[in-house]
Amino acid sequence: MNFDDTPQEAAFRTEARAWIAANAPKQYEAELSKSSLGRISLAKDDIVDVGKAWQKQKAEGGWACLHWPKEYGGRGATPIEKVIWQQEEGVYGKLTQPFQIGEGMCGPTVMAFGSEEHKRHYLPKLASGEQIWCQLFSEPAGGSDVAGLRTRAEKQGDNWIVNGQKIWTSGAHYSDYGLLITRTDPNVPKHKGLTMFFLDMKSKGVEVRPIKQANGMQEFNEVYFTDVVIPDSQRLGNVGDGWNVSLTTLMNERMSIGARLATGFPEIFEFCSSLMTEDGPAIDDRATRSKLAGWAVKASGLKYTSYRAVSALSKGERPGPENSIGKLVAGVMLQDIASYAMDLQGAAGALTGAAEELATGQFQQMLLSAPSMRIAGGTDEILRNIIAERVLGLPGDIRVDKDVPFNKIPTKGR
Amino acid sequence: MNFDFSDEQKQMRDEARKFLAEKCPPKAVRAVLDGHASYDKELWKGLAEMGFLGVAIPEEFGGAGAGHLELCVIAEEMGRALAPVPFSSTVYLAAEAILLAGSAAQKKKWLPAIASGEAIGTLALFEGKGNPSPDGIKLAASGGSLNGVKKPVPDGAIADFAVVTGRTGSTGRDGDISLFLVDLKAGGVEAKALTSLDPSRGQAELTFRNCKAEPLGAAGEGWSILTQVLDRAAVLMAFEQVGGADRALEMGRDYALDRIAFGRPIGSFQAVKHMLADMYVSATLARSNCYYGAWALSTNASELPEAAAAARISATQAFQHCAKNNIQVHGGMGFTWEFDCHMYYRRANATALGLGSLSYWEDALIDRMRKKNAA
Amino acid sequence: MNFDDTPQEAAFRAEAKAWIAANAPKQYEDELKKSSLGRTALKGANILEVAKAWQKKKADAGWACLHWPREYGGRGATPIERVIWQQEEGAFGKLSGMFIIGHGMCGPTMMAFAGEAEKKRYLPPLASGEKVWCQLFSEPAGGSDVAGLRTRAEKNGDDWIVNGQKIWTSGAHYSDYGILLTRTDPNVAKHRGLTMFFLDMKSPGVEIKPIKQANGASDFNEVYFTDVKIPDSQRLGAVNDGWNVSLTTLMNERMSIGAGVSTGFPELFEFCNSLMLDDGPAIEDRNVRSKLASWAVKASGLKYTSMRAISALSKGERPGPENSIGKLVAGSMIQDVAAYALDLQGAAGVLAGAEDAEATGKFQAMLLRAPGTRVEGGTDEIMRNIIAERVLGLPGDIRVDKDVPFNKIPTKGRG
Ligand SMILES: Cc1cc2nc3c(=O)[nH]c(=O)nc-3n(C[C@H](O)[C@H](O)[C@H](O)COP(=O)(O)OP(=O)(O)OC[C@H]3O[C@@H](n4cnc5c(N)ncnc54)[C@H](O)[C@@H]3O)c2cc1C
Ligand SMILES: Cc1cc2nc3c(=O)[nH]c(=O)nc-3n(C[C@H](O)[C@H](O)[C@H](O)COP(=O)(O)OP(=O)(O)OC[C@H]3O[C@@H](n4cnc5c(N)ncnc54)[C@H](O)[C@@H]3O)c2cc1C
Ligand SMILES: Cc1cc2nc3c(=O)[nH]c(=O)nc-3n(C[C@H](O)[C@H](O)[C@H](O)COP(=O)(O)OP(=O)(O)OC[C@H]3O[C@@H](n4cnc5c(N)ncnc54)[C@H](O)[C@@H]3O)c2cc1C
Repeated sequence: MNFDDTPQEAAFRTEARAWIAANAPKQYEAELSKSSLGRISLAKDDIVDVGKAWQKQKAEGGWACLHWPKEYGGRGATPIEKVIWQQEEGVYGKLTQPFQIGEGMCGPTVMAFGSEEHKRHYLPKLASGEQIWCQLFSEPAGGSDVAGLRTRAEKQGDNWIVNGQKIWTSGAHYSDYGLLITRTDPNVPKHKGLTMFFLDMKSKGVEVRPIKQANGMQEFNEVYFTDVVIPDSQRLGNVGDGWNVSLTTLMNERMSIGARLATGFPEIFEFCSSLMTEDGPAIDDRATRSKLAGWAVKASGLKYTSYRAVSALSKGERPGPENSIGKLVAGVMLQDIASYAMDLQGAAGALTGAAEELATGQFQQMLLSAPSMRIAGGTDEILRNIIAERVLGLPGDIRVDKDVPFNKIPTKGR
Repeated sequence: MNFDFSDEQKQMRDEARKFLAEKCPPKAVRAVLDGHASYDKELWKGLAEMGFLGVAIPEEFGGAGAGHLELCVIAEEMGRALAPVPFSSTVYLAAEAILLAGSAAQKKKWLPAIASGEAIGTLALFEGKGNPSPDGIKLAASGGSLNGVKKPVPDGAIADFAVVTGRTGSTGRDGDISLFLVDLKAGGVEAKALTSLDPSRGQAELTFRNCKAEPLGAAGEGWSILTQVLDRAAVLMAFEQVGGADRALEMGRDYALDRIAFGRPIGSFQAVKHMLADMYVSATLARSNCYYGAWALSTNASELPEAAAAARISATQAFQHCAKNNIQVHGGMGFTWEFDCHMYYRRANATALGLGSLSYWEDALIDRMRKKNAA
Repeated sequence: MNFDDTPQEAAFRAEAKAWIAANAPKQYEDELKKSSLGRTALKGANILEVAKAWQKKKADAGWACLHWPREYGGRGATPIERVIWQQEEGAFGKLSGMFIIGHGMCGPTMMAFAGEAEKKRYLPPLASGEKVWCQLFSEPAGGSDVAGLRTRAEKNGDDWIVNGQKIWTSGAHYSDYGILLTRTDPNVAKHRGLTMFFLDMKSPGVEIKPIKQANGASDFNEVYFTDVKIPDSQRLGAVNDGWNVSLTTLMNERMSIGAGVSTGFPELFEFCNSLMLDDGPAIEDRNVRSKLASWAVKASGLKYTSMRAISALSKGERPGPENSIGKLVAGSMIQDVAAYALDLQGAAGVLAGAEDAEATGKFQAMLLRAPGTRVEGGTDEIMRNIIAERVLGLPGDIRVDKDVPFNKIPTKGRG
């Protein structure tokens, strides 16, 4: 066991570091290092534009989607090299947020199920950030219960006609393409009648309506489909095999979780290190220390769990469901950290706005955004089910919705 | 022993609930949240007409003279409805301070105006970051004139008058602090509205420049009066918090019964059921602690300081817990602006700080228990 | 809302106080005060005997099972008088531990379902502690799932013949009688084929084997039944109505919870009040305070919840399932409290004095006994289900074992 770079890794690190030093948009460094969950925005510039420019620059320098094959816009790097890159990229990594769904989930799914032609056509632009992708899975009737989705796709000649509605689609408003799961056969059990596609978000009949979030921002959307035409060539996987295709997406979601999960710990540690309370520096207070220590070991536990996963990955093992723990631990922790940071400031902790309240505002945004971490991409409860069932081997819930034709499952108001 | 509200008090609760359901639906809260108004003036008027603003104000000062148990009952309903009005600052803080320490003239001037809804009052205590402490009070008070900055002041931008803590000595003891009553409309004070986590309730910064002020209570007694006011307000605020916690629990329960996933109501999954059961447990413990606080408040018992801290801690925890998990039960819907969950979440976290944070009250509780134990 | 005694209550309190002052076994008071969950023992005396003597004395003077009717050995007191008594009895109340099952569960079940003759005969000695009762519900195949029990009772003339096994029976080894839930019809749905009895624990065919608990003590037992004969007159409730009868028992369990759940808080508070850490008294440490405060409000929350329940009871309202929260909150709290007390002693360095050893032992005993609290009489998970379903009205679990004949329910290793 060691954390040392091999000679190749050390060379890679040196090269990455030099390139970043020469090319990164340093004018945003300070702002980015202060940004945290729920507050990744720049004062003067549009974060998506800045993100796109950085991604493009990386792609041209051969530093985008490192672990992807070269022909699809990547570098063919090892998992460990990818981690090294993330370490070196540091705060600029926060600029990659708009591309995470595309890079982490849509890309790998296209890679696994798309035709060679499509892969060469779409992936390099996805990698370079020129085109942004979104994931159109959740629906009003099915979030945790993705397989309960109702958006219909019907075959018509060489095309499919799609009607229905998706919801909670992050970034749909600035996305160029989307990965779309639909129901193609409602007469078979729910997991068997699904089919996956990708589509141009500018297609006729696609309407994107932003949803205002609890934290005041607008990052997710409703997406309506009215007689949208998708060519059969944009189908991913077999007809009726969409559930398996979606599992590939979800499994890849785990790989992409790895290093960049926000826990709030660095922020609270820094905050307590500098905060003065009536009886001295907050960090000298035993109660504060006890809390910080509790969070510190969670944060480091997650970090080293992800290192273990990367080591396993680099030996060719598949990332298992045990990686589900990251989000499960971090979501609740962010909420607790944010409210403790506010607690430490007393009544003034509730204030937002003014520039001198930067710290306060940071934790408030964390508090307001953290609930989404416990919901998006698998709720805490679903993640616990996954751990219990897929890691520990416990039986699944007793189900009333399996092995029954989809259109015979009890619902409300269909 | 009878550890429950009386039938009349329960009837009053039903009345208040009905009134607020009609006059203060979530839509009304949103109007303030979205910045269309600084508070709900219609509702404020209605509360005055119902006699709720003066429930605990004696009849001779224009109130209903009912008492503090009745006020607790109303407070709970205000919390349930997230009422976007300066109720807590006017009634729990300003009115209580005047009732405790005001001269006959001061009572006569302000209490009837509070009861009738004409005057909004507040307490200007904090001066930036930190919890209540005599050391934190720097605002200079000399010769009946105040100089300094208070922030955050709840409802400070809409208040007509404020009870202000000021420094009148520099011995490093509690006796350095005195209370003042300031007519905010009389000049010498500049109010600046501040934004906060919970925009449905106002916060402000008040800057005092040679501002004329009359003493409230004896000079040097400020800290001791303030402590009593905070204890009393803690009980009342705890009722608001319990009202909010209960409503958040109810919302979660209703959604869990209604929402179908995997062909069954999500409330049939133990993960969801147990989450709701735990919310119920914390709301119940908080309610019971609040009842004890209500008893201590209404009888002015020597147990009040301890009972108030316990009610405050328990209710803060319960409201935060219920509001947070109410979002979780709602899934994606819970994270939308459109659903009301976030309004409870915001209120829960903002009320957790208003009278001093959880850490502050935890410290206070143990301090008080220890002193009692030693006695 | 008030905590004042009415004139009658005040008179009752004065009388109780005077009687206790004159009669309680004061020589044990200190020791009893120091005892806590998992550690109620007396040095130099057998606690069972001391407890029996105290109970008998109370019964003779009319202070036993206060809320029971006089003809069954009680006093016909109000719920509030009962609370007053508990307040006054104080540490001596800890001597009632061995009677809780009999007084809280077996007695009320007898009262509701036994014939008048049986009530007159069995209840007074139960009240006076001369006879100790136990509760024979749980089985290897059914603890949370009590209705999954398999002990068979078959009718034979005027008698029933019982075969099977019970487990976790607290106090069976010193009990004279037990209430026993059996299966009388395996061909109907599980909840519909049960029948309740009471029996003499000395009946031929009853064999008791103590189980050593995780904390080293042996308070509970396995009880085996081999052709045990029970007269039909000892049946409680109708044949096959045992589930309903057992619900009465369980509902009464809730009423008896009331005042007494131990949370560990008073012990910890006292301990922190006297403990010195490296840099001063523990109670001045912010971290200690923050933890204490959180537990303090749980303990007081439980206390006032039970007072609310008693007030409701005294107005004639039935105690609802909401009272399940006591054990749920206290069980895990006491584990946390005990672990923290031990942690603090680590921080205080080497502790050698007798006083410290006393504290260590106390909290260790608590830590080891507490897991039992989270299981006995309904596990934490079952309590949460009860709250969610019966208080909040959420749907029950999807069940594979209802409306199916008992002998058709899937099991593991049933012959
Ligand atoms: C910020 C954000 C961004 C998102 N981005 C995207 C996106 O880009 N693309 C996309 O497709 N989706 C996205 N989602 C949707 C997200 O994946 C779903 O919200 C999530 O899966 C939960 O589904 P739901 O909202 O329908 O809640 P529900 O499934 O209705 O869940 C409600 C509650 O019931 C519980 N529950 C449900 N089923 C069970 C069960 N079997 N056992 C125990 N408990 C259960 C849940 O844990 C939750 O507490 C996003 C969501 C958020 C909040
Ligand atoms: C291996 C795996 C990983 C997942 N990871 C995530 C995740 O990270 N985040 C998230 O939000 N959701 C994830 N999910 C989906 C998540 O489990 C569902 O949201 C949730 O379980 C509810 O879906 P379900 O019960 O309808 O599906 P399930 O009942 O879990 O599965 C439905 C069907 O899929 C098939 N299936 C089961 N396991 C596999 C497998 N390993 N490979 C192929 N087919 C299989 C079975 O035939 C099963 O009948 C994952 C699911 C699986 C199976
Ligand atoms: C100290 C002690 C004294 C006792 N005294 C007596 C006594 O005097 N008389 C008597 O009859 N019994 C007695 N019991 C037995 C006690 O009532 C049972 O142990 C208890 O009901 C749990 O049953 P079990 O042990 O079979 O556990 P199980 O029922 O097998 O439970 C194992 C685990 O599964 C969980 N579980 C089971 N069903 C569900 C469900 N539906 N939903 C969610 N989780 C579930 C439980 O919560 C638990 O975590 C005593 C137990 C203890 C520890």
